[in-house]
Amino acid sequence: MTGTGKRVLIIGYGNPGRLDDGLGPVFAEEMEKLELEGVTVDSNYQLAVEDSAAIAEHDYVVFVDADISCPAPFRFSRVVPKHHMSFSSHSISADALMAMAEDLLSSKAEGYMLGIRGYEFNEFGERISQNARRNLDEALVFMKQALKDCDFAKYVNRQG
Amino acid sequence: MGATKKIIIEPVTRVEGHGKVSILLDENGQVTRARLHIVEFRGFERFIQGRPYWEVPVTVQRLCGICPVSHHLAAAKAMDVIVGADKLTPTAEKMRRLMHYGQTYQSHALHFFHLVSPDLLFGFDADPAIRNIIGVIKKYPELAVQGVMMRKFGQEVIRLTAGKKIHGTGAIPGGINKNLSIPERDFLLKDMDQQIEWSRGALKIAMDYTVEHLEDLSDFGAFDSSHLSLIREDGAMDLYDGGIRMIDSEGNKIIDHFDYQNYSDIIAEEVKDWSYMKFPFIKDMGTENGWYRVGPLSRVNTADFIDTPEAEIARQEFKALTGGKPNNLTMAYHWARMIEVLHAAEKMKELLLDDDLQGEDLVVKGERRSEGVGLIEAPRGTLFHHYKVNEDDQVTMCNLIVSTTSNNVPMNLAVEKVAKKYLSGTEITEGLLNRVEVAIRAYDPCLSCATHALGKMPLTVSVVDHNGQIVDKRST
Repeated sequence: MTGTGKRVLIIGYGNPGRLDDGLGPVFAEEMEKLELEGVTVDSNYQLAVEDSAAIAEHDYVVFVDADISCPAPFRFSRVVPKHHMSFSSHSISADALMAMAEDLLSSKAEGYMLGIRGYEFNEFGERISQNARRNLDEALVFMKQALKDCDFAKYVNRQG
Repeated sequence: MGATKKIIIEPVTRVEGHGKVSILLDENGQVTRARLHIVEFRGFERFIQGRPYWEVPVTVQRLCGICPVSHHLAAAKAMDVIVGADKLTPTAEKMRRLMHYGQTYQSHALHFFHLVSPDLLFGFDADPAIRNIIGVIKKYPELAVQGVMMRKFGQEVIRLTAGKKIHGTGAIPGGINKNLSIPERDFLLKDMDQQIEWSRGALKIAMDYTVEHLEDLSDFGAFDSSHLSLIREDGAMDLYDGGIRMIDSEGNKIIDHFDYQNYSDIIAEEVKDWSYMKFPFIKDMGTENGWYRVGPLSRVNTADFIDTPEAEIARQEFKALTGGKPNNLTMAYHWARMIEVLHAAEKMKELLLDDDLQGEDLVVKGERRSEGVGLIEAPRGTLFHHYKVNEDDQVTMCNLIVSTTSNNVPMNLAVEKVAKKYLSGTEITEGLLNRVEVAIRAYDPCLSCATHALGKMPLTVSVVDHNGQIVDKRST
């Protein structure tokens, strides 16, 4: 329970069939089990334009994705709305999605990105690597803490 | 033969997945050929080997995040054959159809509103800073919202029929694992009429654009071709099931009501040294003449009629433009795609009003088989899934022919036509770049699916001479 009355949307995305690319959906699965009041959890293979509608219905959105380059275990950063011209129709970047929600649906949501360090991506497989699993666990602990007051801004640039 | 220069465009923006285009020039600077190259990440067929057959309809969704439902359903249909389920229960078949129409609807709508509409609304030569989805949001916000909401509705249909948006489990060998509850039905029905209204509007935009620009479009990446799709027994368009029909560019039936379990008797796949994608063709016609187009244009061309009233009127208007003959314009894909959007919306309403969706009889089984083929008309065209299963229930062979692969030759040809018309010298102009993209985008290719690829590529255009030296280069 967030205990703040704020509505938080958590979107974990990635392909669970591509090893550590599944970190986002697995994170979402774990969060969903907690059944936190005021927290909506969603997951998909990738972000898509219709997510803008859900974003517009929340105060905060936290995107959760596997990160190929951040320091372990994770990096928490702000997502500033920004249009990109090159997104494809069936996937969209988090900042472009925030911009779309703002422009089209008058969204006031604040966006954040939780990138969890992954290591293995280049083959088919439905397992998370051991090191990535460790990072995932730390990210879950962090998010549960952050949801207590929803003061996400103070955690920006947090790296585990 | 003279020396050849090569112009490379990579990848194609606003197209799913990866690709780059090479335009080959002779020593006089004339276009001789265009090739769409794909970066390959193969291995899925091998990945699936050894897995139990009942897992496959779920596992295949890992192929690609863009149209997982199509793979889910094609695999489930193949596994129906494995478990001897020759005829599904009405509830099972209608639930699968609803899932499939939801998928088609959201995919087509999103492609049209968010990829194609900038070209149609602003024109190919408009300032690139405006000719994009941002420009549409600013100038036509209501259309951009419609695109989002139509996509969202289709995703809700998928969620409620497949169980969830990611790794849906709705279709299982021999049937489905859930029906549609009354509250779920009512949740979808409340928005259905609005969705149909928006579909009408999208169809009008596509039709008006094509008719108004017919002279230009007649010479834009257009060429005669055969068309292939599934067709219902009575000749109606059927996106979920049927026999294989192929017509030539004049509309003559070359193949009709062919049982797709035997597809490998008539279709083979050629490998070329310059592309990782395979090139399917009709065996009897050979590699030179046996290629064909698939997807919305082909489906509207092959169908004798559409069994929903408003889409049928739209089909008749579409066919009237060519005097009843097949329409071979590459850019007519958009019009055909929006006819299918309206058809999918009408079909979803029809299904939602059918009490069979609340039935309890979900699964049938029969005599176990060792081999099965499942075909479906995915949003981008005919999708083939073929499996062999051993006595231990493990998959021993998997072969997929995805829609974009079937459109491989046509996309190359469309690019070649555009390049021959618009390339002047070796300079890669903005106009050429966008027209090449427009031609490829008409096919709505899902290149990541076609090649099982990962990641993204920038769009770069290069001119390479016969010695392999880059003499011009441009990126988007």
